[in-house]
Amino acid sequence: MADLVVAPLAAPPSRLLAGLKRGGARLRVGAALVAILVLVALLAPVLAPHDPLEQDLLSAQLPPAWMHGGDPAYILGTDSLGRCVLSRLIYSARTAVTVALIAAAFAAIIGVALGLFAGSFGGWVDQVVSRSIDVWMAFPPVLLSIVLAAVIGAGLTSVIVAIVAVDWTRFARVVRAETMVQLTRDYAAAARAIGLSRAKLLRLEILPNLVPLLVTLLAVEMGIAILVEVILSFVGISVSGDTPTWGSMIAEGRQIVYQAPWIMGFPIGCIIASVIGVNLLGDGLRLVLDPVQRS
Amino acid sequence: MRWGEIIRRLVLVPPTLFGVAVVVFVLLRVVPGDPIAMMIPPGASEADIGRLRALYGLDQPILQQFASWLAQVGRGDFGRSISLRQGVSGLLLMRLPATIELALLATVIAVAIGALVALTGILLRGRRAEWAVDGGVGVLLAIPDFLWALILLLLFGVLFPLLPISGRIDPQIDLDLYSNFYLIESLLTGRFDIAFALLHHMILPALALALPFAAIVARLLKASLVEAEDQDYAQVARARGYSRPAILLNEVFPNALIPTVALGGVQVTLLLGGTVLVERIFSYEGIGNMAIDAVINRDFPLIQGLVLTFAVMFIALNLAVDLVVTLLDPRLRHG
Repeated sequence: MADLVVAPLAAPPSRLLAGLKRGGARLRVGAALVAILVLVALLAPVLAPHDPLEQDLLSAQLPPAWMHGGDPAYILGTDSLGRCVLSRLIYSARTAVTVALIAAAFAAIIGVALGLFAGSFGGWVDQVVSRSIDVWMAFPPVLLSIVLAAVIGAGLTSVIVAIVAVDWTRFARVVRAETMVQLTRDYAAAARAIGLSRAKLLRLEILPNLVPLLVTLLAVEMGIAILVEVILSFVGISVSGDTPTWGSMIAEGRQIVYQAPWIMGFPIGCIIASVIGVNLLGDGLRLVLDPVQRS
Repeated sequence: MRWGEIIRRLVLVPPTLFGVAVVVFVLLRVVPGDPIAMMIPPGASEADIGRLRALYGLDQPILQQFASWLAQVGRGDFGRSISLRQGVSGLLLMRLPATIELALLATVIAVAIGALVALTGILLRGRRAEWAVDGGVGVLLAIPDFLWALILLLLFGVLFPLLPISGRIDPQIDLDLYSNFYLIESLLTGRFDIAFALLHHMILPALALALPFAAIVARLLKASLVEAEDQDYAQVARARGYSRPAILLNEVFPNALIPTVALGGVQVTLLLGGTVLVERIFSYEGIGNMAIDAVINRDFPLIQGLVLTFAVMFIALNLAVDLVVTLLDPRLRHG
């Protein structure tokens, strides 16, 4: 009798590798940019050459070190209070990463829960959720988060709450629609036929199929959260003055943009790099995780 | 069927607006900040504060405040702005045209850029350069309008100071116009000197709003163009010997327009929402800029009026897009 061929054990890793390859340049560039951002945020105290709040009025508005009149002690120059621009940029990354992670996670949890709920129960539950989404979508999102942040008061928490309160709809809308689609599939009917409860069906069957979608949404949402934090601190209703943020740096730079354009230029560069990094990572991960492209 | 859907959406408008009103109203009433505290001079007596509070109706229970505000709004009166000490309706009528003109100009620019990019992309289809065009569109899309505003401000306002970076028009220009639609009126009445000065100020903020939207238009339009070009009628025209650009323009383009309007039209609300910050960055005197000041000053009546105005515009835009799509598409028109 011929020996049975044992299935190769290496299947899962090779599939993962193939997936990572499919992610391609986007995944690599995105992951690299996000890794830099997170590392800078974590290592801020080590990396920053100065205390970000330390003022040195005698060397205010210094240009970057390589420009005429620059001081090598302040590589990227100083702002109008003589604070080190590089150190402020580095500490601002902390604020950005904190807000992005926490706000995106909570928006996802609330949005996914409500979306699953509305999509699977239908009827009046769906009506309540969908009509609330309608109302939310009628607000200009920027204005709504500004009003919310102003209402809750200054501080990182209020920024996070404002983002979550505005952006849960992004997740809820997509998850609701996708849940409805998935519930009509044969596997869902089969799961019901073997007697799975609704909660189990959602948790064990539907939710895993939403993962690729959620990863992309989550990445997009982190990019948005970074931007909203910038917007709120630019407008001046975000965190208090002693927390450096890219947005407040831009707002300060806007006042003296003709005298010291670099003060505004550097944080803009940081924001663009972060947002593009997060988006590329999301795109790449979607290619890796999408079961349709996997087969 | 399609008309039925539009009627259903129309019926949902009043409850949605009511919902918006409730949310804003309640939200503002739980604020710890007090609008009255921000307008009184230091040293005002308790009695004075009480009188002011009564003047703006802030001493009544929330439900009663809401009811009287709603009745007011029903008559077209949004109350008085606390920080600017003027009627909110008057302020809206004065500032809203500035925002509408900016959004319109941005939309025109976006559609023009988007259509050009999409047509360039499709003409280069299959070549290496197509990849570059797609990549450029990706970058346009990834960077949001307010970042474009800051980038453009740095580039063309500061590094190469070609354009002004704040305001709607030079203050020394004598504006003897009838309406607050300065740009439209000056164009219609042939006052091109004024129109030019206005455009000079509006071009940077409008471009900032337009760029991400142009990317959306380009992407949608190109996808539809690719799909339409592979259809039989395009192949037939090809077989008859028409040149490719002629087919693209006369046969493919009109058919690709419908899905682009349907999907892209809704995104105009994004552009409109973007005016809030872009106006702020360029100190442009529209309702977006005013809204941020209103929030900072805790000016309840003004915030309420502004949010409701935005909501009405958002909902109207969505409905208008549906209507245009229904009218454009013969299958839906007779469906």
